[in-house]
Amino acid sequence: MPGKTSKTSSVEAIDWPAAIHSALESQRVRQVSYVPDAGHKRLIELCHADRGMTAVPLTTEEEGMGLAAGAWLGGERAALLMQSSGVGNCVNALTLASNCGFPLLIIVTMRGEWGEFNPWQIPMGQATPDTLRLAGVRTLRLERAEDALATVTAAAKLAFDGYGAVAVLIAQRMIGAKSFGEKP
Amino acid sequence: MSDAGLDRRKVVGALLERRGALLVVAGLGSAAWDCTAAGDHPLNFPLWGAMGSACMIGLGLALAQRERRVLVVTGDGEMLMGLGSLATIGAQRPGNLAVVVLDNERYGETGMQKTHTAYGTDLAGVARACGFADSRIIRRNAEIAAVRSGIYRGKGPLFFQVKVKRDSLPLVLPPRDGAHLKHRFREALLGERAAAQ
Repeated sequence: MPGKTSKTSSVEAIDWPAAIHSALESQRVRQVSYVPDAGHKRLIELCHADRGMTAVPLTTEEEGMGLAAGAWLGGERAALLMQSSGVGNCVNALTLASNCGFPLLIIVTMRGEWGEFNPWQIPMGQATPDTLRLAGVRTLRLERAEDALATVTAAAKLAFDGYGAVAVLIAQRMIGAKSFGEKP
Repeated sequence: MSDAGLDRRKVVGALLERRGALLVVAGLGSAAWDCTAAGDHPLNFPLWGAMGSACMIGLGLALAQRERRVLVVTGDGEMLMGLGSLATIGAQRPGNLAVVVLDNERYGETGMQKTHTAYGTDLAGVARACGFADSRIIRRNAEIAAVRSGIYRGKGPLFFQVKVKRDSLPLVLPPRDGAHLKHRFREALLGERAAAQ
């Protein structure tokens, strides 16, 4: 996504989606499911191109909880990519993590928190951290592109070695706010 | 729809006898009781919640264990809540996955209210349209042998919507502790690898 500020330009110099992909790879994540978000565009492409990973497009984020549970039953690790608007779709299915102790690594691109253009994104975006906390998901914030590798690696360890659900919330400020007036 | 549906316990019993290395995910409610009535087994993962997730758990398992056959047994209500998962499975086309929906056209655990299949939703048609390799409605006991053959040897993903009687059968409950169900499944499937993952 092109940015207008020098801050965004310097962020683009750090290939944080590649850093996240690298963290997933080194943490032996084999199934990556997603509901697309513009902020996840490059990471989704990297996962599709990785022959060691199966990329699974979902119709709704809730499906990713089941996929991750099935993957773990079968001896594989899974991660789930979504936008903050999808967090609310997951709540009941998160019983798989809290009740059975299935590891779950969720990477959420935040909307509705920094320079949001679309008011319809704000309620779920603002409710995302509390929704995850109430559903028993541990959260880590990713605010700076240079922290992507370390934060996602730490989150993966917390999920797979801690047998629980962990979400990384990627700040909208870091991704760059979407503007419908902007050319892609 | 005729009242002469099949006996769900007999159908599931026939599908799960001599099951070999089959991995089974059972959707919540009657489908889980039916699978348990056929014999509690460490390679069953019966759900007590997360309604709508059975097919996706089956998909994750089928992708992780491509050399093993995976069967999802669920009810029409549970399947309807996860209808999108049929499209997700259709996009992946796992050859080792079969889905059996025991369709009594009712929500059996909550007072036998009609489900959408009672109003005409064609689940097998949805699965076919989503790209399943084969998708059929099963109404006769004589067809169960072919269902069995598909589950154990057919090229998936396969979908069988089995029309069953609207009866309320005695509860045969699997263990309820989700962590226990997960551990015993992984230990039976993965052995020592379960601890090292």
